[in-house]
Amino acid sequence: MDSLNLLLDGFAQALTIQNLFYAVLGVFLGTAVGVLPGIGPAMTLALLLPITYSVGPDSALIMFAGIYYGGMYGGSTTSILLNTPGESSSVVTAIEGNKMAKKGRAAQALATAAIGSFVAGTIGTLLLVLFAPSVAGQVVKLGNPSNFALILLALFAVTAVLGTSRLRGFIALFLGLAIGLVGGQTGQARLTFGNPLLADGIDIVVVAVAIFAIGEALWVAAHLRRRPLDIIPVGQPWMSREDWGRSWKPWLRGTAFGFPFGALPAGGAEIPTFLSYVTERKLSKHPEEFGKGAIEGVAGPEAANNASAAGTLVPLLAIGLPTTATAAIMLLAIQSYGIETGPQLFDTEPDLVWALLASLFIGNTLLLLLNLPLAPLWAKLLQIPRPYLYAGILFFASLGAYSVSFQPFDLAILLVIGLLGLAMRRFGLPVLPLIIGVILGPKLEEQLTTSLQISSGDVSTLWSEPVAVIVYAFIALALTAIVVSGLRKPKPEAPLNEKEEVSA
Amino acid sequence: MTVVVMYSPDEFGRVALSYGATEAARREERLVVVNPTKGDSYVDTKFAGDDELATLRAMLERLDVESEILHDVVPDIAGAVLHAASSTGASLIVVGIRPRTPVGKLLLGSVAQRLILDAECPVLSVKPDGSEDLLT
Repeated sequence: MDSLNLLLDGFAQALTIQNLFYAVLGVFLGTAVGVLPGIGPAMTLALLLPITYSVGPDSALIMFAGIYYGGMYGGSTTSILLNTPGESSSVVTAIEGNKMAKKGRAAQALATAAIGSFVAGTIGTLLLVLFAPSVAGQVVKLGNPSNFALILLALFAVTAVLGTSRLRGFIALFLGLAIGLVGGQTGQARLTFGNPLLADGIDIVVVAVAIFAIGEALWVAAHLRRRPLDIIPVGQPWMSREDWGRSWKPWLRGTAFGFPFGALPAGGAEIPTFLSYVTERKLSKHPEEFGKGAIEGVAGPEAANNASAAGTLVPLLAIGLPTTATAAIMLLAIQSYGIETGPQLFDTEPDLVWALLASLFIGNTLLLLLNLPLAPLWAKLLQIPRPYLYAGILFFASLGAYSVSFQPFDLAILLVIGLLGLAMRRFGLPVLPLIIGVILGPKLEEQLTTSLQISSGDVSTLWSEPVAVIVYAFIALALTAIVVSGLRKPKPEAPLNEKEEVSA
Repeated sequence: MTVVVMYSPDEFGRVALSYGATEAARREERLVVVNPTKGDSYVDTKFAGDDELATLRAMLERLDVESEILHDVVPDIAGAVLHAASSTGASLIVVGIRPRTPVGKLLLGSVAQRLILDAECPVLSVKPDGSEDLLT
């Protein structure tokens, strides 16, 4: 029961007054940004990255974890009351949740979403505590060629599996890899255009803030006046005995879908929430209610998205591979403290990791206590005029980018990459592959050069380890499957959804 | 000639509508109900939703005056009302007056104030007094 003792130590550290304060702050902020469409936890974390300069690593990570979980809760509120998903993970919730709200059952929909998120988040975090250390123990034994293959798999999976168009995904990925190449870290100046200010490379914080915050702000500015949406008024969330009876099984099944999908390198909450919805529709004793506001259709997907949020922390903590935008920014935060991420994290920084895990339990409980009574208050946030909101975001974005190295040049880069972010939104390019590419590109290169140094230039070292061979075989299989299915039924191009919210 | 009413789906909008309808009937003029939004927030409680719009239409149909509804997304609320007034040759604008806290006065502008200062015709400002319930 080594893990248990370590976890209890983690609780002791996470329950100090200071860390508890950061946890409360995190869940408040997280819920708020989750409620607002377009502003997600990833953007919030990117804007808050400068905080890592002045706050200890445990406090900062505890707050970030609170924002991550809080965003999942907040997204469901907007989905249910407004039929506009706050986050990509709550798209499915809107299907039944908004119908329930229109039937006057908004209170029950919010309650089953919040309690389901709590149940799934707690079980998911427990699974994370059980699995992550052993996964890390296995991964740490792998050599550089296997790590190279794993990073390649993560890049491929995030790009090819998620999102509607693979072409757009790969365009975004290569844009990200290109930005990651800039600089002279390898001893050779690449893509610096002779500019000494580019010699150190483009700081990832600047890229993240530009893509998430500036890109989104420009996009909103371009679509400022929209017809306001009808919001359904809501009182205190509550559930009857029958609602509990119909909800608890979907919660558990949603958790079972969410966690494994989150833990896979092709993480994300879109697939498990959808699978959970389809399953509940099949298994429901009230199939006639589906499409008209069935409580199972809210309970299952909401549990799935929180469980997958816990699941994505497995590859993040155990391998150092982020699979969602928010996880990517959390990785940046850890690295900004000079802490080496990867499988050795559990050995080198046990205090930090276990305090983070303990804070996930605390944050989850706080969210339940906070969200059940405060739901009507969160809905009021939607009345804030967007100009006020985005003026604040632009201010913090510029401040954050400037504070990286106090170079006005960074602000110019911020604007240029921000315009790139606007263009990506305009043309429907997903932003996740770009961010993952910027973060993992240099790591990929490092693993490659190290393996080639060890083998003194022999390329065959790349497939000298069994794990690497399995991973390559898996990638090849997936590629073939994609190509075959693409050749079989040439589908007409789906119309580009102009108003699509960016999955951040 | 018309009577322009600045409407919102709450007691202030309804009391304005109530007085506006009475005036329009007395003057034998057309009633123009304006309910604009700036459209810069996800939710605007002063902008009538589909249900509220249907209720408003039903209310107007019961009245004995000719009426129309202007329900648009505009950059400037007071400007939209003033434009509606000048373009239809309004003889009167009716607006419901909202109480405001000192902090609210510091932070927010007042649509009613701009209407009163900038309108070319008389402006009737009314407060909820029970007559707003006569309509429903």
